[in-house]
This record gives sequence, structure tokens and C-alpha cells, in this order.
Amino acid sequence: MSRPIAKLLVANRGEIARRIFRTCREMGIATVAVFSEPDRHAPFVREADEAVALGGATPAESYLRGEAIVAAALRVGTDAVHPGYGFLAENAGFARACAHAHLNFVGPSPEAIEAMGSKIEAKRRMADARVPVLPSADVTGLDGAALREAATTVGFPLLAKPSAGGGGKGMRAIATAEQLDAAVAAARREAAGAFGDDALMLERYVERGRHVEIQILGDHDGTVVSLHERDCTIQRRHQKVIEEAPSPALDDDLRRRMSAAAIAAGKALGYVNAGTVEFLLAPGGEFFFLEVNTRLQVEHPVTELVTGLDLVRLQIMIAEGQPIPAEAHAAELRGHAIEARLYAEDAAAGFLPQTGCLTRFAVPDGVRIDTGVESGSQISVHYDPMIAKVIAHAPTRAETARLLHGALRATEVHGLKTNRDLLVRVLGHDEFLAGEADTSFLERHDAADLGAPLVDARGEALHAAAAALVAQAQRRDSARVLGSLPSGWRNNPSQPQEIAFEGARGALDVRYHLARTGALTIQVGDEDLPSPGLGRCRVDLVELEVDGVLRCYRVRCDGTTWWVNGPDGQSELRELDRFPNPVGADQAGSLTSPMPGIVVRVLTEAGARVQRGAPVIVIEAMKMEHEIVAPAPGIVADVHVEQGTQVDAGAVLAVIDADDDTDS
Amino acid sequence: MAVLQTNVRHDETFARNRDGMLQRLAEVDEQLAATRAGGGPKYVERHRRRGKLLARERIELLVDRDAPFLELMPLAGWGTDFPVGGSIVVGIGVVEGVECLVSANDPTIRGGASNPVTFKKVFRTLEIARTNRLPLINLVESGGADLPTQAEIFVPGGEMFRNLTRLSAARIPTLALVFGNSTAGGAYVPGMCDYTVFVKERAKVFLGGPPLVKMATGEESDDESLGGAEMHARVSGLSDFMAADEHDCLRIGRDIVRCLGWRKNGPGPTEAPDEPRHDAEELLGIASADVKVPFDMREVLARVVDGSRFDEFKPLYGTSLLTGWASIHGFRVGVLANQRGILFSEEAQKAAQFIQLANKQDAPLLFVHNTTGYMVGREYEQGGIIKDGAKMINAVANSTVPHIVLMAGASYGAGNYGMSGRAYRPRFVFSWPTMKSAVMGPQQLAGVLSIVARAAAEGRGQSYDEQADAQMRERVEEQIERESLALPNSGRLYDDGIIDPRDTRTVLAMALSACHSGEVRGAGEYGVFRM
Repeated sequence: MSRPIAKLLVANRGEIARRIFRTCREMGIATVAVFSEPDRHAPFVREADEAVALGGATPAESYLRGEAIVAAALRVGTDAVHPGYGFLAENAGFARACAHAHLNFVGPSPEAIEAMGSKIEAKRRMADARVPVLPSADVTGLDGAALREAATTVGFPLLAKPSAGGGGKGMRAIATAEQLDAAVAAARREAAGAFGDDALMLERYVERGRHVEIQILGDHDGTVVSLHERDCTIQRRHQKVIEEAPSPALDDDLRRRMSAAAIAAGKALGYVNAGTVEFLLAPGGEFFFLEVNTRLQVEHPVTELVTGLDLVRLQIMIAEGQPIPAEAHAAELRGHAIEARLYAEDAAAGFLPQTGCLTRFAVPDGVRIDTGVESGSQISVHYDPMIAKVIAHAPTRAETARLLHGALRATEVHGLKTNRDLLVRVLGHDEFLAGEADTSFLERHDAADLGAPLVDARGEALHAAAAALVAQAQRRDSARVLGSLPSGWRNNPSQPQEIAFEGARGALDVRYHLARTGALTIQVGDEDLPSPGLGRCRVDLVELEVDGVLRCYRVRCDGTTWWVNGPDGQSELRELDRFPNPVGADQAGSLTSPMPGIVVRVLTEAGARVQRGAPVIVIEAMKMEHEIVAPAPGIVADVHVEQGTQVDAGAVLAVIDADDDTDS
Repeated sequence: MAVLQTNVRHDETFARNRDGMLQRLAEVDEQLAATRAGGGPKYVERHRRRGKLLARERIELLVDRDAPFLELMPLAGWGTDFPVGGSIVVGIGVVEGVECLVSANDPTIRGGASNPVTFKKVFRTLEIARTNRLPLINLVESGGADLPTQAEIFVPGGEMFRNLTRLSAARIPTLALVFGNSTAGGAYVPGMCDYTVFVKERAKVFLGGPPLVKMATGEESDDESLGGAEMHARVSGLSDFMAADEHDCLRIGRDIVRCLGWRKNGPGPTEAPDEPRHDAEELLGIASADVKVPFDMREVLARVVDGSRFDEFKPLYGTSLLTGWASIHGFRVGVLANQRGILFSEEAQKAAQFIQLANKQDAPLLFVHNTTGYMVGREYEQGGIIKDGAKMINAVANSTVPHIVLMAGASYGAGNYGMSGRAYRPRFVFSWPTMKSAVMGPQQLAGVLSIVARAAAEGRGQSYDEQADAQMRERVEEQIERESLALPNSGRLYDDGIIDPRDTRTVLAMALSACHSGEVRGAGEYGVFRM
């Protein structure tokens, strides 16, 4: 059954679409993208040979519309569809629709997807195949005594998991029997809301467990091989943050036993194509089946780097009906790979996703970057806020961690808050480096501390100095007149140049003076930076020497926000207005009389709500009536006049507290 | 294209020159520091307590950050009874990318009242604005005229208002940003300006204050109703904008300049503005401490002009005067520099020719003074030194390209005129601290007086009192020497400022760039050249 693929459509977006296109290009396969409206200008759309609009912005309007994707594939004459991960990747119906349309679905059979889609069904089949599973019980529809009995059989602590769905959504740890009823009810509500199905199971909760998964490949001849493990122990809210291969918790024997279990699982399913068997590894070396992911995993690059294999290429070959090639039969583990997922999120605010423009994104050479975005891309509300996967590969785990640590610290990621500083701290954390972290690492350690700026107060002062000097260079560079003259030159110098920023720790006032010879004096706050010196000073970087140490800072400006990258990390500095808001101005929202006149009508009263453009007061002057209208919606704070009041031009008539979210 | 080489040796003479220059610079710096101190700590503190900015702080907030600012005439009034600086700060700065002339009263000095020095400085300021077509921004806070000296200033002072409105007529924008008192005559400063901004509850602009109004008409009144910012912004209309505070006022001033749609009328820089190849620091040791010893102007130019490039004109003729072409921060310039003090007929003829050539190509001229004047003596008189000197003065006087003068050394006698001295209305005059200027050298002048007196005594058949003569010569020499120095010269506003030789390139570039705000156009007509 050989079905060569000439043209492949990726039913996905972002980094995984680009990842698949890359391999397609290397194999000479024509590429087709599908895209939602917000993604119209995304790199993955540009990089495809052809791209078909799905319309809409939300996943439901675009990447989840299987029939539209099949129609797109047929329209441009593709012979294969790669689902990537997420969206329709584990949707048996979609796999079936592809098959009906004679499109080669690059993934397992609809039956395998279906079987593994239900956690309860998956576990039953694994138990039958003698794959170790966690004690668990289906509690769908159970309440009261029946629920308690089931829970006792499983044993506390336990985890309530929705049967449908994944990604940790709706999962809940239950420590004691007392919490059972309430927690189960909440988990059901959440499951019903998220997946439209409140089927629930209880499962033993392994404390200080590790998440270890085995990458398997199966072909149409029934061969199933293991490409070894990945360790995805560093998670937050059951979402993987840092993944690595090999696992620091495995020795060869355990690796062999877990691989054998995974292969057994694959064989039991008649599994074809790439899949991942996830296990929970207890501190004692016991492991339990969690689930099978019937798709390419987000973290597949770490396996690729340590095995030297291209998993997408293998997926395509298997889909074409080819047997698993020799090199994948006994894949070697070479060195160590670690992947960090860089997210646009605020770790200190409970990992709140951030949206906005990624104004600059640049990772130093020496690491692999799988990303769907580039400088200038929008991180939208519609999709996962992952910016990139940054993956390092080196001979040992310690070297790899150091390489990734350094690369992330030097990464320029401007425009929004990210988890970068948290990733850097985890990669440098003793517990992580000792290989002793478990899945609760990010719960046991305060995310706000881990995610706090890498740059300390002293460093931030130097960053502010660097930003001030680059701002200076930019102004000189763009000067319309006298641009080639010495910066800030004075023949009777009375004061230094000044610029002020708001940093992570408060205001940073920078004062500097460049002498005729270029000699620099510079002060941040009240402190003179000791023995300052200036090397190159350009519109994008500055070499600043302080106290005998020369450091290079790269500096960029987005409007009034300055981004500084130095050897110690990145700072975000907001430039304060050179002319602060006036004191003694009319209270904001004051309505004033445009001319002298008499108030003929007052149409509102204090406390009333007014809409934009609503008349508030009418004044008569020179026989004409003038309406004073609300400039923005809000609440009337005060009315200073009444009918018949004689007013001068400029007199304040009323004050309106405008609503905060207006754009006026 | 010729690149100037250097032969400067760091020898004893160099060290002596450098020491002398540094000493003079220290004297100048001391005076500059005094100007920055304004009316002294007590008045500065009081001013700050009122929540006000100092004159120089206002200027620093008005101008574009990091752009250069050239203060002009900072030592006006040196050697007079009035405070050095004339109670006003003036300079060329860049506001929203536009070179402007900025003038700020210093209210810490006797309330910013205008004395005779202030008026001289203001008149010169208005002249600089007019001749160079520079927008003028007045930062006003002045208690008006210094009444004890009213006899000296009242009548001539009216010219200020005349010239302000004539600037406007010449399409040179004028702004008044009023921070405080601007009363009586001072009220006409905003009155005559194109744009006005008054600071709320601070500006006070009226012809007569409450006491005067009471005396004149019996009317009871107060400052705000007579001349407050609110009143002028809403009622009289004298204020175009009302600022909430000083910062707001300066911000509005910047906005006004941005909205001028200003464009310079000169061609602007056309050459590469690369730095000279030789170190400007060495200028300190190159300029002679002893005015009697000439110094090599090529060494000076090699540290001032772009890339030390200098294309000399007529190098083998009239070699006491160096002429040639160069550029400074990209601005082309024709240079005339006294190589060896004396101007002979050849030098005068060469200068007259070169000045005409520069006018033909619309190139501004830089005159570098180190001259003891035109040669005297039978041979030279008979050779027509007056005719030739007249040719040079004719060319200089009728030249219409901008002239900039650098008094680098001596500037004596008619040499000062021929080299476009102050009376010849150069656009700018700057001096090095070691310069000297007088009708002739002190010894010569004393000697001339002595000879004349001796001849008179002999004519009367009297014996000549040698002792008295020696005393007279000493006294005169001392007086002339004192008067010819840089500080008194600058105090009298015979220049626009004493500069550090190391800043020469920057200062000249700012001056040239200012000249290019207006049209740069050479003369078509001259007086009759006497042949």
C-alpha cells in the first residue's frame, strides 16, 4: 500500500505548520496552509506554496471546521493532510472525513484516535495489555455513598479528571474524603462547560511524581518502535513548560522497561504513525500509564535532537505506506536536549495570558527555535499565547541547561510580558539542575519570585543609563539641523541632560553630560555611576563602562517604551514625559462656558449618568442658545451653576467623571 | 584636495602658550560661573521657593534634548557697574528641529530689570535674529527698566519694540513666553510678538499696576484683573495660549515652533562633516601667548575644518595672508587668515580678489584675525598701500555673503576693519581668550604720544620732562594693554563671546548653520575699486 505524497495540507497554524512545511520542503512536497483571518499575514501562511482562507477568527470558525479544511484540500488538489497538534489532531471524525475524501491523513487510524480519546476506554485497553495503570474508577453519574466507595477503592490522594478533553483542563486534586463531594461537583461543572460532557473519573494521585513519556512509531506492517523518553516534569497547571530528553530520572533498565510497556501499548492498539505514551513516574521507579497522545507532540524536537531523526519525515513516510526505516529501529540517544516553551504570559499574575504586538523577537544562535511568529507579529486572544519553543542540544544535561539558560537570558523579546525570566530561573535552579524536580515544582516555588525580573536594581540602573544614552544617540541621529555636532554641547554648561524612566522598581532619573572630548558623566537617581566610559554609542546599542567593567546593551524603543538587553537580562522601561502633567489645570472632565452668557437650562444633576454628546447645560449669549454637551459617557460629578446664573467665558459649569474605558 | 599636515612640536613655546591659554580660560570660566549663579544663592533660592525655574532651566526645557546650545554674549557688561551678562541669557538653540534665537530674562538679578547693558545685548540679539533670519523666542520675566538708569535707557529703549515688529514684518517669527512680570514698557514685548503664551497665575502683563492706576484714575484694581494670564487669555486676547504652569508654557512654546512650518533658506551643509585629522586640544599650545609672535594658521585650520582639508588659493602671492576653501561640519566656507601679522599691498589685493570670488559662489567667509594692521612706511605709502587697503575694505564692506570673525590673536588698527571687524557687521564675532584688539599696540601708541609731545615741547622751545614721559608711557601702555584684552572687549560687546579654542569648530559650525537660516547670496555690486 504505497501512496506517495506530492502535496500536503497542514490543518493547523503557527509554529507547527511551519515545522511541517520545513520538512515538506526538504522532501520536495508541495505545501498548503489554511488560515483564519487573524492569521492572514502570519509567517506560516507566507511560507506555504498555497494558502486557503477558512474565514473567521475563533478556532470554531476556522481551524476546527473539518469540512472546510477537507474542501480546501480538495480544491487545491492535495493528497495528504497533516493535523499538527491540537485543533483536529485527535478528532477521529476529521481523520475519517479525510479518508472519505481520499486524503491521506498523516496520523493514526480513526479507530486508534477514538480508542485513546476516552481516558476510561484507553485505560481499560492498556490494563488488558498489561501496561501498568493507576488505580482509578469511573464515577460518571455516581453520587453519595457510591462515589465515596469508588474513591476509597482508588485511594487518596486522588485526581478527578474529565473523561473527555485534555491539557489539564478540569483536573482537580482531592486530598481527603471530606473534599470529595464538592470537588467532584466542581470538576463535573467545569468538564460540562469545557467539553459538553461531564463524564468523570477518579485516579490515584502520585505525589512528587514525574511526567515521563515514550515516543513511539508504528507502521502499516505492525512494527512498533520506541524513540525513547521525554521528561515533561516542569509543568504549570498541568501544562508543560520545560521538556527534556533523556529523563534524568531514568536509567537504562527503567528506560527499557518503560519503552517495552509503550511498545506493548502501541501493539495492543495496532498503532500506526507517531504517538506518545505518557506515564506518571513515581519516586520509587514505579510507573503508571496516563494516556496515549495520538499525534505529534509539541515537545517532539527534544527527541529529534537526541536521536537525530526527523519525526515529521517519519510520519510522512509511514503515511505513504513505507516501513519504519532502519535508523529509527534502534535509535541512539546522543547528548541531551531541553526545550523551553516561551509564553506571552504574566507569571506573577497567575500566568495570565498576554496579548499584543511582539515588537521584536530574536534568539541568539546556537539553539533551535520553533516559532510561528516573528518581530511585529500579533499575539492574539484567539490562540495559545506560546511565542516559541527554544530547544538546546549539548553533550550533557548540565551543558544543555547552561546553553538554554544563556540563550534565553540573551533573547530579545519585546512588546509584552513573557515567562522568559521564569524559564531562565528554572533552568538555573538547583533542584532542576539536580534532576530532582517534580510536577509540582511550579506550585511549590512562588511563580512570582521565579518570574521576577532577572535584572536586579543595580542592573536596572545601568539599563536606564544605557537607554538614556541610546535615546541620546537616536535624537542626534535624527536631528534635522546640527546633527554632526557634539551631543549636548554647551559653551556655558549649567546642567546635565535629563531623561526619566519608570522601571520595575520605580522611577529612574538619568542625568548625563558628554564633554567636548566625549568623556561621560552620568547619574542615575542620586548615584553617580563610578568611572563611567562610553564605547560605541549607536541608535541601537551602547557600550557602557562602569567601574572598570564594559558591557554592551542593545536598546530598542517602541513609542515611549524602551527595551534594554544586557548581559544580565532584559528590562522594560517606560519613558516619562519630559513635560509632566500640568498642575492647577481645570479638573479633568470640566465643562466650561465657551463665552459669557446666562444659563437658561440645566439638563442634568450630580450623580446622573450621561452619554457622549448628551446636552448638559444650555447657555444663552447674544440671543443664541448654546448647548454644552458631555464629551464622553460618564457620571456627573458636580454642577456648578443653576438656571439664571451669569457666567464668564471659561467658567467651569459642570464636571463629568468619564468612564475609564472610553477612548476620548 | 589638500590635507593639512602638522609640524606642531610639544616644546617649551608650546607649553608656555598652553599655560597662558589655560590661565586665561580659567579667568573666563570664573566669569561664566558668575553668570550661572544669577543673582546669587539668596535670590536663586527665593525664586525656587516660588516654584519657578531659573532662566537657564527654562532654556534647557525649551530646546531639543542633546542638541547643542551656543550662549551668546555671556560676559556682556564685564568691567561695568552692572552684573556680568546683562541680566539676560541669549543663545542659539534648536527647538523642534528649528534653530532659534532664545532670550531669557534672569529674574534672580534685580528682578530681571533691564539696565543699559541689557538693552545693548537685546539690540544685538534682535540684530542677530534679523540678519540670520532666526525665529526669536523670548522667555519673559522682567521687572521692566532699571529705574535709576532710566535716563540712559528710556529713549533708546524704544527701539526694541520697533525692531521686534520689524522682525515680524520680515517674516521672522517672534514668540513671548511670559513667566512672570512683564509690565509697563515690558508689556510691549508680548504685545509686539507673533505668538504669546502666559503662565496661569504667574504672568503679569499690564501698562500700569494697581498703584499707578490708583494714582492716575483713582480706580481700585488688582494684578489679576489688570494683567493676569486668565484675563489676557479669555478677555483681552493678548495671550494666545494660557499655560497651566512653566513646563506647560515651554511645551506650548515648542508646539508653536513645530507649527511654524519653518524651512531654512540657505543650502545647508553640502560637504562631508568628518572630524579634523589633528587634535583640537593642541590649539591651546599653538595660539601664541605673546601676541607679538605670529603662529601658523594652517595648524589652526588643520584642527578646525572638516578632515583638515584646505584648498589654498594663491599660495605663492601675498603670503602674509592665507586664503582658501574649506568646510566646517559640511558648511562650505572661504577662509582669510593672517599668517604673519602685517597686511601689505599684495595681501590686500589678494583679499579683495578672494572676497569677490567667494561672493560669486555664495560662500560664507571666515576671517581669522592675527593682524597688526597695514604696513606703514615711505616705500609702502608710495606703493599705494592706502589704495590697496581701500580695495580690501571696499570688498569686505560690500560683500553680502555671511562673514564670521574669529579673533584668534591680534586685531589692531585698520587690519581689524579690513578683516571685517565688528564695525563691518559680520554675522558673528568670536574671540579666543588670548586675543588683543586696539587701534595700535600699547608700546606703539605710547611711543606715538611721546614723540608728539616731545615735538610739541621742542616747538615751544621747552625742555622735555623725560621722567614724566616715562611715567606717561607706562601709564598709557598699561591702560591700552588693559583695554585691549578679551574680557573688556567682550564686555563692550565687540564680540559675541569668548570661546575655548577647543570649541572653535563647534562654534563656527553653529554660526554658519545659523547664517544658512537665511539666504546665502553673494554681492553683485561693489564700490569703485581704486586702481
